[in-house]
Amino acid sequence: MEYLIGIQGPDFVLVAADNVAASSIIQMKHDYDKMFKLSEKILLLCVGEAGDTVQFAEYIQKNVQLYKMRNGYELSPAAAANFTRKNLADYLRSRTPYHVNLLLAGYDEADGPGLYYMDYLSALAKAPFAAHGYGAFLTLRFILNLPSFTVRLIDKDGIHDMERLPLASK
Amino acid sequence: MALQDVCGVGRDSSEGTLFLSRGGAAGATPSYAGLGGGRNPLNFYVPAAGFLGRGPVRFGQISPPPSGTGEAAFLPTAPGTTSDVAPLPFPLSHGTTTLGFRFQGGVIAAADTRSSCSGQVACPASQKILPIHSHLVGTTSGTSADCALWKRILSRELRLYQLRHGRMLSTGGAAKLLSHMLHPFKGTELCVAATLCGWDRGDPTASGPRLVYVCSDGTRLSGKLFSVGSGSPYAYSVLDGDVRWDLTVDEAVALAREAVYRATHRDAYSGNNVDLYHVTAQGWRAGRVVVTKQHINHHDMELWALPGGSGVKFHSSEKIELYWVELGLFLSI
Repeated sequence: MEYLIGIQGPDFVLVAADNVAASSIIQMKHDYDKMFKLSEKILLLCVGEAGDTVQFAEYIQKNVQLYKMRNGYELSPAAAANFTRKNLADYLRSRTPYHVNLLLAGYDEADGPGLYYMDYLSALAKAPFAAHGYGAFLTLRFILNLPSFTVRLIDKDGIHDMERLPLASK
Repeated sequence: MALQDVCGVGRDSSEGTLFLSRGGAAGATPSYAGLGGGRNPLNFYVPAAGFLGRGPVRFGQISPPPSGTGEAAFLPTAPGTTSDVAPLPFPLSHGTTTLGFRFQGGVIAAADTRSSCSGQVACPASQKILPIHSHLVGTTSGTSADCALWKRILSRELRLYQLRHGRMLSTGGAAKLLSHMLHPFKGTELCVAATLCGWDRGDPTASGPRLVYVCSDGTRLSGKLFSVGSGSPYAYSVLDGDVRWDLTVDEAVALAREAVYRATHRDAYSGNNVDLYHVTAQGWRAGRVVVTKQHINHHDMELWALPGGSGVKFHSSEKIELYWVELGLFLSI
């Protein structure tokens, strides 16, 4: 029931995620932020099984920050995506796999904007646009309407919050 | 420390990337490292570490790991599938109604007092809201034994943190600590769904009432209003309409009581009394209300006042005193 979408433009990446944190049929929060800031120009969007999302995303987030502290420079989006994929793959082959679907969006000085799609089987694909969830197929006709979305834009100047989008009613 | 040498623990965790220890058996998890000066805060004392070392199926794990051979080994089992689950000693039921919300006057936590076990009311006067320290209480839902144990472990770890670092961990920090302590048990039968209700002091940027929901499946959510348990849909329906930031204390207490009462009316697993806790900057205070059979009309809602002096005492840091208010009688325990 969760929804992520990312679109790569010529010099920016636009990402949006729904704001619902649900526990079976109950919406526990309707203003929940599913984006994790890995560095000044990289965002990780994470959906999936309840506790796995936050645990895995925070683990990646802290390790990317540790890399910067140790080496003095930040990981590029491509490197961060591959690091994430490798960790997901390693845990997949252990007794405790993480069931999470990810989108990683970032802006690199050399390579420009990049959007990476990862799923729980640790597939990685760089794509110009990508989405996770049933909303990937349809929005207005979806039986469970998602009330609002958090939208962010990444360009050479960093991460910008856009206005939170409510789903327009016709 | 001598004890560490005798027990042969205190092995330092790997110096490489921060690691997640999950499942216990994947790599050495020194059980007592948490006692040795807190070098690695992620190594906590795991009370059932001995069980985790065994095959998880025997301990009643919900989703057994994929077998070593065949194609099944490459695909993770979908969460929630059960096969070869060990028989439980008795059917566990997670029936309760607990709620918490924050408003201008602090945080209100409320819960019913019925403990049920396989269709029988095991205890009609159980305590589902447990104080953790002077400015933090936690509502419990799920398995009572697990909740009681982990609340005590949390109290101990918070006290150790305070002694080691000279400051009290905030509610969010306590929630993160509890969430990480419960993480190794994900996939087992352990079930703890707690709402931590506290007042943060100290840090000027982040002080005031705070409410965080922590679940043993790993969920950790900070918010303004939470209700947990089998009676939670009924409680939500009462609270969603009326909870506002600018409620008075009396209104908030009455609303919480009404919400739990409505849930006890319809939910078979909730009932008996209503426990109410109010957390403020001065600490928490508590009371218990007997739910009568009469419907409390919304229009002439009887406001259950918490007077400053008579009958209901503020918590003092030296000892805990709870005054149970039952229809006007004040009994001290």
